[in-house]
Amino acid sequence: MLNIFEVAETNKMIEKENLDVRTITLGVSLLSCIDSDLGRLNQKIYEKITDTAGNLAAVGEEIEKEFGIPIVNKRIAVTPAALLGGGACKRPEDFVTIAHTMDRAAKAVGVNLIGGYSALVSKGMTQADELLIRSIPQALSETERVCSSVNLASTRTGINMDGVRLMGEIIKETAERTKERDCAACMKLVVFCNAPDDNPFMAGAFHGVTESDAVINVGVSGPGVVKTALEKVRGESFEVLCETIKKTAFKVTRVGQLVAKEASRMLDIPFGIVDLSLAPTPAVGDSVADILCEIGLEYAGAPGTTAALALLNDQVKKGGVMASSYVGGLSGAFIPVSEDQGMINAVAAGALTLEKLEAMTCVCSVGLDMIAVPGRTKASSISGIIADEMAIGMVNQKTTAVRIIPAVGKDVGDRVEFGGLFGYAPVMPVNEFSCDAFIGRQGRIPAPIHSFKN
Amino acid sequence: MKKTIITVVGKDTVGIIAKVCAYLADNGINILDISQTIVQGYFTMMMIVDTAGSAKAHGDMADEMAKLGEEIGVLIKCQREEIFEKMHRI
Repeated sequence: MLNIFEVAETNKMIEKENLDVRTITLGVSLLSCIDSDLGRLNQKIYEKITDTAGNLAAVGEEIEKEFGIPIVNKRIAVTPAALLGGGACKRPEDFVTIAHTMDRAAKAVGVNLIGGYSALVSKGMTQADELLIRSIPQALSETERVCSSVNLASTRTGINMDGVRLMGEIIKETAERTKERDCAACMKLVVFCNAPDDNPFMAGAFHGVTESDAVINVGVSGPGVVKTALEKVRGESFEVLCETIKKTAFKVTRVGQLVAKEASRMLDIPFGIVDLSLAPTPAVGDSVADILCEIGLEYAGAPGTTAALALLNDQVKKGGVMASSYVGGLSGAFIPVSEDQGMINAVAAGALTLEKLEAMTCVCSVGLDMIAVPGRTKASSISGIIADEMAIGMVNQKTTAVRIIPAVGKDVGDRVEFGGLFGYAPVMPVNEFSCDAFIGRQGRIPAPIHSFKN
Repeated sequence: MKKTIITVVGKDTVGIIAKVCAYLADNGINILDISQTIVQGYFTMMMIVDTAGSAKAHGDMADEMAKLGEEIGVLIKCQREEIFEKMHRI
């Protein structure tokens, strides 16, 4: 039978170390809503989302109460909208109506974000894909809760450089349209290489076409729990360090598995996956960078950071995989700048640069995340940053992403405020040498060879 | 059987267990196990109870116990057993 110390340990994790279920994300397929009439398409989308997700928020709250664990977000991911609007949408403005419908549906069922205003263009763009991408700045600036993602590359298809070039411009335009709100719409826009179909985390969540009608995916989080566990093994060997991370990740993930199964049962929707990510928040003690410091670095970004992060990421997966029957999504340590106080401190101290962050993304999920750069950064430079990140994902057969905020009217030394879970971000310097001619080329980068690995 | 874990943490005072037990008895909740200790002057108690005989929804019970805790000056939490069981047992 359980003893008082085990019960106290669990409750200490929840009360003092910020253990929480970061999100229950309900994936909903909208393929059945496809229609050649725009009005009917929107109506069917609204009805499908509100019918399927009507109880989501209430079930989330009930689980919260029964187990005494916070469930921070209840969210929805839908089929990439570019696949829905091919028949009905003739102009970018037509796609924007779908974004408004998603936004209304999200508000109606009480979820804080809805993902899936997306296009999958890792090899080529259909006309609908391009219309959707061109509609992103307007869609994100006119809606509150809609998140957008574009898959630009994959290990199997290479990198769609026409898409990369276009997204550089789209990100700039999205920033420009919300410049009076610290370019907030850029927080809801992410580009991917090897985007997973079952990612529960925003802004990149969408319901892939390989998924069933509806599915429950859950993301847990507990950087603070890992950090506290490591405080007890200071100075110990790598073996002890790794075992401690694994055991902690196991415990954290078991909670995610429990909540996912319970939500699945109560909503009568199949359980999909648990995402094993360590997702930080700006709350004190809820930081991935602080774990890196606890492992032995003065600041995230110091020499040794990539190795420490590789170790952390791998142990989290090793511990987590055994704790859940199905693992998926992004699964790894997130290293966003703005959402992690330790990362913000590292940037402020001059320890962490964009280039070091890029190196760190080689060994963890998910990529260059929530990074503010000067507003004068050229679209081609943003495309260059994206292309670099896509190449890392493509060659290493992993998911990588870029969520970057060109802070209009701001420069290095300034900061952008996002508020809430998103925190604030110091504006980071970008290498100012040009890549115009590279980005200006047409076409795509071929898929890499899968033999002769070096 | 529907097991729930009740934890009570707070400043030690006369009658904590009595009041918690009275509430449980009034609501048809059977106590399976009690352990109690004092950590750094703080009263810490864990009860394993069976709520199968109670007509109350878990949420209502949790709210009422939390309110009772406020009256006594301690923190009372009710959580379903599974969250602890899953975390600490393979």
